[in-house]
Amino acid sequence: MKGSIVILSFFATGLLLGLFHWIPTELLNYNFSFYVLCALMFSVGISIGNDPSSFRQFRHLNPRLLFLPILTMLGTWIGVLAVSFMLSGRSAADCLAVGSGFGYYSLSGILITQYKGIELGTIALLSNIIREVITLLLAPWMVQYFGKLAPISAGGATTMDTTFPVIVRYSGKDYAIVSIYHGFVMDFSVPFLVTFFCSL
Amino acid sequence: MFIVIACMLAGIALGYLLRRHKLRFIHRLTLVLIWLLLFLLGLEVGANETIVRQFGSLGLEALLLATAGTLGSVLAAWALWLVIRIKPSKL
Repeated sequence: MKGSIVILSFFATGLLLGLFHWIPTELLNYNFSFYVLCALMFSVGISIGNDPSSFRQFRHLNPRLLFLPILTMLGTWIGVLAVSFMLSGRSAADCLAVGSGFGYYSLSGILITQYKGIELGTIALLSNIIREVITLLLAPWMVQYFGKLAPISAGGATTMDTTFPVIVRYSGKDYAIVSIYHGFVMDFSVPFLVTFFCSL
Repeated sequence: MFIVIACMLAGIALGYLLRRHKLRFIHRLTLVLIWLLLFLLGLEVGANETIVRQFGSLGLEALLLATAGTLGSVLAAWALWLVIRIKPSKL
């Protein structure tokens, strides 16, 4: 939670500086952010490759729970597709790309801005922040009406970091490994799925 | 745009080759890069008058997409939950 606030305050600071033209926005003209993005993806890759032990602990999982990330993806895509018919001016692929952030707002906002422009990138950033907030606020209600897997699916890619404590609190300690496994798979899928839907 | 994916795959390969060394600084580096990129994204959004003017309607679209996506995934998880609960087994 504290981490998210720090990240968002960087966004807010940039927003204010841009809004009042306090720093020259020529900074944005040199594709600088693209190179930083490549560096970010490289370092995300290193942290995945450097920790093979995280794969091993998933072997103790109930095999049927291995499907949870796939259901999260399918459910999200059906939901955003339904909305895409109501949003004139947004293609189905645009909406699927935004949905495929699965709450990972920093990365999906940045990627979609690079691929599709600042307008859809802003929607992706806001939409995925909202998804995280919905999960944090409504987790107890989800567990009550839709079972203990519901907040894990709702949390999307955030279930091994920001929404993890809430999930463990309301779904129970037994679901901690499922939550970490789910977050890991979703985290890893975001760059691929976002790139895929942006290239359609 | 596949350059971005290629960067990640190259990172995974390098990280795996260096798996005997715990690269602790990499999490900090990732975080700093995310800060920098979100700062740049904020700058770009703030300096773009069209986006600033539309911020309300973009926010509404974002809210609709977030709600529908979350609801869809919650219902999918509910389906799996019912299947697993009907056939009792340990986690």
